[in-house]
Amino acid sequence: MPLINKESVKKRMGTRLAANGVAKFLFILATCFSLLVLGVLIYRILSEGLPYLSLDFITNFASRMPERAGIWAALLGTIWVMAVTAPVSFILGVGTAIYLEEYAKKNAFTKFVQINISNLAGVPSIVFGLLGLTIFVRLLGLGSSVLAGGLTMSLLILPVIVVASQEAIRTVPREIREASFGMGATKWQTIRRIVFPAALPGILTGTILALSRAVGETAPLLVLGALAYVAFVPENIFSQFTVLPIQLYNWTSRPQEEFHMIAASGIIILLIILLIMNSIAVLIRNKFHKRF
Amino acid sequence: MDITINKQMVQKNEKEQDFTPVFKINNLNLWYGQDHALKDIKFDIPEKQVTAIIGPSGCGKSTFIKTLNRMVEMVPIVRMSGEIVYREKNIFNPKYGVEELRTQVGMVFQKPNPFPKSIYENVAYGPRIHGIKNKKVLDEVVEKSLRGAAIWDEVKDRLHENAYGLSGGQQQRLCIARCLAIEPDVILMDEPTSALDPISTLKVEELVQELKKDYSIVIVTHNMQQAARISDRTAFFLNGEVVEYTDTSTLFSNPSDKRTEDYITGRFG
Repeated sequence: MPLINKESVKKRMGTRLAANGVAKFLFILATCFSLLVLGVLIYRILSEGLPYLSLDFITNFASRMPERAGIWAALLGTIWVMAVTAPVSFILGVGTAIYLEEYAKKNAFTKFVQINISNLAGVPSIVFGLLGLTIFVRLLGLGSSVLAGGLTMSLLILPVIVVASQEAIRTVPREIREASFGMGATKWQTIRRIVFPAALPGILTGTILALSRAVGETAPLLVLGALAYVAFVPENIFSQFTVLPIQLYNWTSRPQEEFHMIAASGIIILLIILLIMNSIAVLIRNKFHKRF
Repeated sequence: MDITINKQMVQKNEKEQDFTPVFKINNLNLWYGQDHALKDIKFDIPEKQVTAIIGPSGCGKSTFIKTLNRMVEMVPIVRMSGEIVYREKNIFNPKYGVEELRTQVGMVFQKPNPFPKSIYENVAYGPRIHGIKNKKVLDEVVEKSLRGAAIWDEVKDRLHENAYGLSGGQQQRLCIARCLAIEPDVILMDEPTSALDPISTLKVEELVQELKKDYSIVIVTHNMQQAARISDRTAFFLNGEVVEYTDTSTLFSNPSDKRTEDYITGRFG
């Protein structure tokens, strides 16, 4: 007496194959939905924005007249803020990650710190804006400057960089650390010469993706008092500034139809910047992939 | 009564040893948490000979070899007592830093573990961390070490290619070269051929024979034939204890303990 009834197996075969097909169809549908949304978005922006896109648009300051308006101030503002954010968040984030992974003892306290860092990554950006307003703008008296904005953005993306760097450091195999220690290398030599270089591609990928999130953020900088209408470029880190997303927000909230078109042109510029940053991240990841 | 027996045993031990010891292990005990992994280990390891450590899985042989360069302390829950004297210095003395010890006592691991760097940089790593920057000296060290590990002819034309492009056997010999580059006194090998094919294994075994002219070698192996082929002295470990430690030929032809005999004749393990 066999335990498996071949007849009933045969009878169920049709249903199983049908379910198999349905599952595949549903997943394709889910993918198509996001592709469709992306397609509509790109079509709308390109059709509205392309006619206004020109070199003048990039090099002109904002203006009351749509045909003369440009994003020069916002573009440079974004670059200035990122120039503050990138090094600050990289140094603090990687430093924290190295401490947590390599030095900290695994105890209740480090576990608590770890959970809180992960939680911070999920805190709404406007909360970081309020934090920046309290500490950098008011307490340290930096005002609504590039420095205050950049530092606030650093805080915002710091948890993401810490977590990404920790993961990158964790992928460095124990064996090659042992090899280094086994030759009499100190902990710092092992970190500097073996662990850090091996983890760097992962760290950079995480950092660039975090920075590209910061490029698109509006809320924290609005709270800080970043300007909406600027006709000058920042001269140093204490200058007032605006950034691309704020400029776009400003244009889209105006009644004139032309400004909406200009906003679409600005979005194209912003998307190109993000695309370039993400491509660099992907390039780094692919170049150093499969090293272990 | 007990004391006299102990004295006799000590005398017997001393008579047996007609070699210069490089390591003297005295009443070494080691615990992983509650697990008593090494129990009262006491024997001497000779200079410029190959000492094999054999025994079934989990008998503590890997743990033991890792105590010799204190790599075992990378496990946080480890506790130890007793002493290991390396060339008249107790390696557990806080004044004797692990970095200094490991410069003298190099290690080759079970799985080939080259760094994700070029062949040249792998070998130059040791000298570099010890502060050698002179390019000419580094070049010489790299060549000498690669020759010493019998891999120079295979890699001399691609020194600056990534070490991951080498075969497993070549990687392991590269790791041996990397170990030689710090000019150690002792080389510890933790099952160095267990991940290799028979031909690569043979090459590493021949290399060990060559290296013992200049270095003292301690090798952990799963493979009893290997121990018999390449070692001068063999220690048989069982459940964290040294059951028998003597000349390899004596241990394999005329074991004095029943458990050793059972193990080497393949009755268990």
